[in-house]
Amino acid sequence: MTTDTFSLQINGELRQIEAYPMERLLDVLRERCGLTGTKEGCGEGECGACNVLINGELVNSCLVPIAQAEGAEIVTIEGVAHGEELHPAQKAFLQCGGAQCGMCTPGMIVATAHLLNKYPQPTIEQIREGLNGNLCRCTGYMRIFEAVQKAALLGSAP
Amino acid sequence: MRSNPAEFQFISPGNLAGALDLLHREPGAWQPVAGGTEIMVQYSAGRLRARSLLNLWDIPELKIIDESTDSLRIGGGCTFTQIRDHPGIREHFPLLATAAAWTGGIANQNRATIAGNIVNASPAADSPPALLAYEAELDLISAVGTRRVPYKDFHLGYKKTVLQPNELLLAIHLPKRFCGWFRYIQKTGARNAQAISKVCIACVGKLHANRVEAVNIGIGAVAPTPLRLLRTEKVLLGSSLTPKIISEAVQTLGTEISPIEDIRSSVTYRRQVAANLLEDLLSSFSVWEQEG
Repeated sequence: MTTDTFSLQINGELRQIEAYPMERLLDVLRERCGLTGTKEGCGEGECGACNVLINGELVNSCLVPIAQAEGAEIVTIEGVAHGEELHPAQKAFLQCGGAQCGMCTPGMIVATAHLLNKYPQPTIEQIREGLNGNLCRCTGYMRIFEAVQKAALLGSAP
Repeated sequence: MRSNPAEFQFISPGNLAGALDLLHREPGAWQPVAGGTEIMVQYSAGRLRARSLLNLWDIPELKIIDESTDSLRIGGGCTFTQIRDHPGIREHFPLLATAAAWTGGIANQNRATIAGNIVNASPAADSPPALLAYEAELDLISAVGTRRVPYKDFHLGYKKTVLQPNELLLAIHLPKRFCGWFRYIQKTGARNAQAISKVCIACVGKLHANRVEAVNIGIGAVAPTPLRLLRTEKVLLGSSLTPKIISEAVQTLGTEISPIEDIRSSVTYRRQVAANLLEDLLSSFSVWEQEG
């Protein structure tokens, strides 16, 4: 088979990417674009380490063939901050110790950004559901949930 | 071992006619891919046999939910996020909205489609028990026409269905006649979120003068296919939900199901839990009072 050229906007930048249509978005981001912040955990849509946004929707990038992302706007962990200004979720995870080994953290932050977009002041049930596709083997989740609550407060501050 | 993308062909016709044309010319040669939450798992693990894949994700005709006064039609390409958020589904078919919210995590609900959940034909899929309870019908379409099949007749055996190699699941039809009925849905899995069911059950029903006037029960993960419990329903119809009838129904359930031992659970566990769930369902049904 031959490669095709795909046009995607990744973190605000329009890119033309040469790839096989069945290449996973995860691999295109990491190997062709050098955006290694997105992690591969399970590779089967269970753990959320590879979460990115496609047109504002949370997805597991390990389950998306690049041909299904043609023309889409992608946001990865590298595009969550505004320049030097961290996203409220990033600040809150730092302040609350919402990360240990860091493997799940990019996915957790992207899922949190998606959650806060949908529910700027989420209930604890909405937080638990919003992150139920993200597995962490270190923190026991309580600090992560605290960080999301903190992020909601930071996000609403003037 | 991860698959090598260079070995795979992945065609995106971008419209329904183009996809059906391809399936018609070379039936069986093309593996459809919608949201990819099943196929891409096999692909990632190097277990996907098909080498020629057909992209259904960007086909607009499959992504529409239509509502009329007496029915609701869900395009096969609708995601579980679309389904759980749709006001008409939440009002008329809340068990389906709940099942959609139980299917995987948010990221999977944003991609997984209802047609994928049905045609993949896993006995443990989350939406079938609710679809069986609501008497869903399916439109199967090919380049030569469309046919309507009651969902209860769709599954023939483990991973075997009536869907032909040149057909796609176009839409799911649900009759709007269950508003105000008793309803029940429950699922057991290894954890609350994102777990594949060990047993899942859904029911709608009506009582009249304290007797069962109507009851539809769908159950998953306890037989080679999702199952409508027709014999158990027959025991209940026309009866009062006394402890004796409930126990008779539970016994009949035991003869209708044929669970297997697998990585997720044992036969004994599945039998016991299915019985417990039916008992819980029927005891809620016995104290149900019609709304309004």
